This record gives sequence, C-alpha cells and structure tokens, in this order.
Amino acid sequence: MCDTCGCALPDHRHAPERDARSIEVLEGLKTHNDRLAHHNRTHFDAAGVLVVNLMSSPGAGKTRLLEATIEALGGRHRLAVIEGDLETENDARRIRAKGIPAVQITTGSACHLDAAMVHEALPALPLEALDLLFIENVGNLVCPASFDLGQHANVTLLSTPEGDDKPLKYPVMFRASDLVLVTKSDLLEVLDDFAVDAVAAHVRRLACPAPVLEVSARAGRLDGWLHWLEARLEERRRPRFHPVPSTGDGHLLSRPRGLA
Amino acid sequence: MHELGLCRSLVDQACRVAERHGATRIRRIRLRVGPLSGVEPALMQTAFPLAGRHTAAEGARLEMIPCSIRVHCPACGRESTAHANDLGCPHCGEWCTRLVAGDELLLESVGLATDTPAPDVQEAPHV
Repeated sequence: MCDTCGCALPDHRHAPERDARSIEVLEGLKTHNDRLAHHNRTHFDAAGVLVVNLMSSPGAGKTRLLEATIEALGGRHRLAVIEGDLETENDARRIRAKGIPAVQITTGSACHLDAAMVHEALPALPLEALDLLFIENVGNLVCPASFDLGQHANVTLLSTPEGDDKPLKYPVMFRASDLVLVTKSDLLEVLDDFAVDAVAAHVRRLACPAPVLEVSARAGRLDGWLHWLEARLEERRRPRFHPVPSTGDGHLLSRPRGLA
Repeated sequence: MHELGLCRSLVDQACRVAERHGATRIRRIRLRVGPLSGVEPALMQTAFPLAGRHTAAEGARLEMIPCSIRVHCPACGRESTAHANDLGCPHCGEWCTRLVAGDELLLESVGLATDTPAPDVQEAPHV
C-alpha cells in the first residue's frame, strides 16, 4: 500500500513532497451544475413555464400526488412531467395514462437528478405549450437537495408513516424546501405518534419559512396544495419588468443627452 | 452517495488549474466543506483516490477544512454559531435567521508540484 495516499496499488509511490506553488482557486464544486441549471431556468423563463421540483424519500407518494394533481388541474392548465428513477419507465407510464406528456430519466445508479440530465430531457417536451412542469426527483432525502436543476420551487413530501422528525434528520433537504407537503394525511387517524404541528415546528428550527400543508391524494384532500400552485402560476403570469435591449440607434428615452 | 461524482468534478477543476499553470502533477487539493453542503467528508476522502486515478491529481492529498455553521439574526442583529438542525438565534430565540456560513463546498486552493526537480544550490548558485 502507498504510504502517502493510502491507495491499494502495490507499486504506487510518491516523489518526496515538494509543494512548490499553492494556487488559490475559491470556486464552488458545483459550478458546472449551477451553470447548467441557470441555463435550464433561462429556457423555462423564456417559455413562461413554472417548474416545480418534487423531492421525498421513496414511496412518499410523489407519483400518486401528481396523478391527483393532473386530475384536478389538467383541464385548466397545460402540464407535463419529468420523471426521475433509477430504473423502469413505470412512473412516466402512469402519468401518460392521464393524457399528460411525460419524459422518463433513468439514472442507473445515480441517486439524484442533475441539471445536465434535465437539460437532455427538455427537447422531448413542448416547453412553449406548457404552463406547469413537474420534475419528480429520484426518491431520496439526501442527494437531490444538493443539485439545482433550474426549477422555480422545491416541494418536499413527507408521508405520515415516515415520522414527524424527518426535517431534523435531513436538514439539508428540508431547509431547501419552498413548501412541505405532509402526504397520506388520511392515515393520521390511525397514527397516534405523528403531529403535523411538530413537522412545522421542526421546519422552523431549520430557519425555513416554507408552509407545511396536509394532503391526501387518496381521500382527495388537495385544496391547500392546489391553491399554492395556482398562486405560483398567477405570480408568473403577472407582467414583470424586462429591460429593453439597446438597439444602438440612439432613440432610447432613458439615454442622457450628449451620449447618443 | 454523490461524492464520487463531486470528486470527479473536483479533480477536473483542479486539473484545469494545473494545466493553466503548466504543472503536470498536483500535490494537494484544499477544500472547504460546510455541514449543510450535503457532502460527507469521509466519503469524499474515500472517493477521491478513485476519481483522481490516471489524472494529474493521482496521488494528491485531499485536505478538507471543516467550516462551522454561522447564522445572522435579523431581530437582534447578532451573529452566532449554530447546529445543522437548529438554526435559530441562540441569543433571542428568533427562528428566521439567515445562514452566513456552513453550506459551502468550495475548492480553496491547489498545490502544484514543480515538474523539473528543484534546482540544487550547488548546481544553480544564486547570483
């Protein structure tokens, strides 16, 4: 074994340390991903589509929530879904069965989606003809939180059987949330050790102002979630200030005299 | 478990720095890792030799500088250290603090080796 780096290569040896120059870099490790995420967001903004990233542990009910959301909103808004899973096309098939375009990304062994994977999936979607695009991330409460995809909002699902202390156990994920949905709330009557208030209190301990809402796709209790989505869609429709690109012909009113 | 992927981009970044400075070997890579970065330093350390194989960073040392979590309280204006799952202000109890440090994942510096052996004093006397 090499004494310097600890690797198992039998013939690996290092020259004596002669650390000649130290170069200061100060660059984030996710710079490449962040750049691509920014690029994705530019695509989304140009097309005027709201993009929501859904994250949770496996089995918290992301796909079931999407099915119920499509049923409730499909008539009013143009929706599409990007599905992230390690394997199978099952989830995309479930979404397509509701008459909604869906792209499946199979990550193989990768435990999260990244901006490059989402970018590759975009040509398969009619972005210009969409109001709302959901990205269903790989079921995992750890890694997806660390990778920006270009979304406008992060929604984290926490299903009642998982326990109400999950925000304290997975602070990185819950801190990044813009909304926390307590799913399978129809089970609350049989689960005496889950308190929705406790989830909210734990999310506040992470200095996160995300609202905590109860939903049950099975019982059709989705009002808070649907209102939240409608409000975000409304927010995006509101006209915003876009600086007029300079035409260079000197006729802009804002140009000070003498500079034209 | 995304540490291997992050190590690969770390090695790419460091190798680009080495290339820009005309060095073929990297001796040391220094990284700042915050507890809220979502990265486990021990896993980074395991993944690093794998990611660095057959690159200029092969055999380099990965130094990770742990950073503490600091929050600023808009209510009392004070800055304090905090824990990953308790980011409230320890002074006044305000919950809605602003994270000042603790989520960084930053390539701080790269230590490059000189390609040619350091000149021996006798062979190359200083004039």
